Amino acid sequence: MGPAIPMLEYEFMRAAFLAGAIVAVVAGSVGYFLVLRNLAFAGHALSHVGFAGATGAVLVGVAPLWGLVLFTLAAGTAMGLMGDRLRGRDVAVGIILSLALGFGVLFLHFYTSHATQATSLLFGNVLGVSLGGVRDLAILALVSLLGLAAISRPLLFATIDPELAEARGVSLRLVSVLFMVVVALAVAEATQIVGILLIFALMVGPAAAALQLAGGFRAGIVLSVVFAVGQTWLGIVMAYVTDWPPSFWIAFLSFLTYAACAAAPRPLPGRR
Amino acid sequence: MSDAAISLRGVTLMRGDRPVLTDVDAEIAPGEFIGILGPNGSGKTTLLHALLGLIPPASGTLRVFGAPPGRAASAIGYLPQKRSSLSDFAMRGRDFIGSAVRGERWGVPYLSAADRRNIAEVLDLVDGADLAERPLSDMSGGETQRLLLAKALLGKPKLLLLDEPLMSLDLRFQAGVVSLVENVRRRLGLTVLFTAHELNPLLGVMDRVFYLAYGRAALGAVDAVMTSEVLSRLYRTPIDVLRVGGRIVVVSSHGEMDIHAHHDHGHDHGPGHSHA
Repeated sequence: MGPAIPMLEYEFMRAAFLAGAIVAVVAGSVGYFLVLRNLAFAGHALSHVGFAGATGAVLVGVAPLWGLVLFTLAAGTAMGLMGDRLRGRDVAVGIILSLALGFGVLFLHFYTSHATQATSLLFGNVLGVSLGGVRDLAILALVSLLGLAAISRPLLFATIDPELAEARGVSLRLVSVLFMVVVALAVAEATQIVGILLIFALMVGPAAAALQLAGGFRAGIVLSVVFAVGQTWLGIVMAYVTDWPPSFWIAFLSFLTYAACAAAPRPLPGRR
Repeated sequence: MSDAAISLRGVTLMRGDRPVLTDVDAEIAPGEFIGILGPNGSGKTTLLHALLGLIPPASGTLRVFGAPPGRAASAIGYLPQKRSSLSDFAMRGRDFIGSAVRGERWGVPYLSAADRRNIAEVLDLVDGADLAERPLSDMSGGETQRLLLAKALLGKPKLLLLDEPLMSLDLRFQAGVVSLVENVRRRLGLTVLFTAHELNPLLGVMDRVFYLAYGRAALGAVDAVMTSEVLSRLYRTPIDVLRVGGRIVVVSSHGEMDIHAHHDHGHDHGPGHSHA
């Protein structure tokens, strides 16, 4: 543990660990439902729409995070309204995703010092988060976690048993919209750590791995959060040690975790 | 009769702009086992959705235990045809069943000791106590079907709507599921509506058959409905009904096609079949 103490002497490192943990908790728990609902690709698309918002915000002199939040919220609400019809529309979603990326490039073109800005938006920059940024992330995290807690029971019911849930009075559309709003906030947060292109590494990888292992709903969320926080922190440490980008390490660790869980043999009684 | 479990009077059901069932009258008594048969797209699932209150009738009156369908939802157990895509996950049987507990209320899901007891009880009813701790990803088709049946039994329903529970099960599992449903129905005094592609697995178990085709419907004893006369009227084309070694085969008089299609080696099942 040689470098552990000196590492924390830097404020940007302390901010990185804090921001990483906050975002990973949100991404891990929201991601659990995202994977359960088979909507991983929708999360990916949301982040791309956010790119246009972030670059547009920079252009008009607002912090990119808020542009991101605005755009992902708008797109998330639209996706939520589409509900079940979203499934199997990969082509339409993909084309809108490209359009958003295209606009992002255009906005960057008008903004002069675009190279570093673009890189950190696309691939994340956890080491560039300020303490003020950590506070913003904490507020967003609180909102999305409270929202998720409030809807999680009907969300689970509607995911596993949609017809019966509707018959028992759950509004599938309301649940779907509220969930996509929560997803939009989580995506906006996660892009601060891994960027819009590596959103799967934080929102999908840990959750998908947890769903391979955990038998219970709570255990699943806890495990997903543990994986997400673990790979983020370890990624930051590895970045400090190797001087390679933290986003690489987070994506790499996400892959390792998922691969290990998917391949893990399950100690079970034989089939009857 | 207000004491019917289900009554339809002049009911027309639409899917979008398309009428699926037109002007149907039917009365089902509590405790009956009804097999719902008919070709693809004949409205079997639509009828179950209407009973759940998901599709209001375009015209006519539909009553479930004397009340409009939506209000009876808590008395209905439902096994959907569209299977959830969770079979890749390690979620345990107990948590899968538990997802419906108080599912209509906001908040975080949890299972109380009483919920766990209720879940254990419904699993016992389907001889599936061991499924509580097993992950979905490890269950066979037959086991998944028992788990779904247990889930439908949660909350002590009076009416079971089972949508194609035999789909994609091979013949020996089909007989198992049918006799399991019949046992549960007897023990709990349930009314059962059971949709199927094929009549034969339900012979000897169901009290009456509800045959749907091309917007029309016929409800009655098997021998009364499964006749050339009744089915020709429903299909609006000449139909022959053959009885072969205790099995019933429905064919179009024009061709040799079995209208209920696919039981590839159905006759292996043999004439001496017995459904408990």
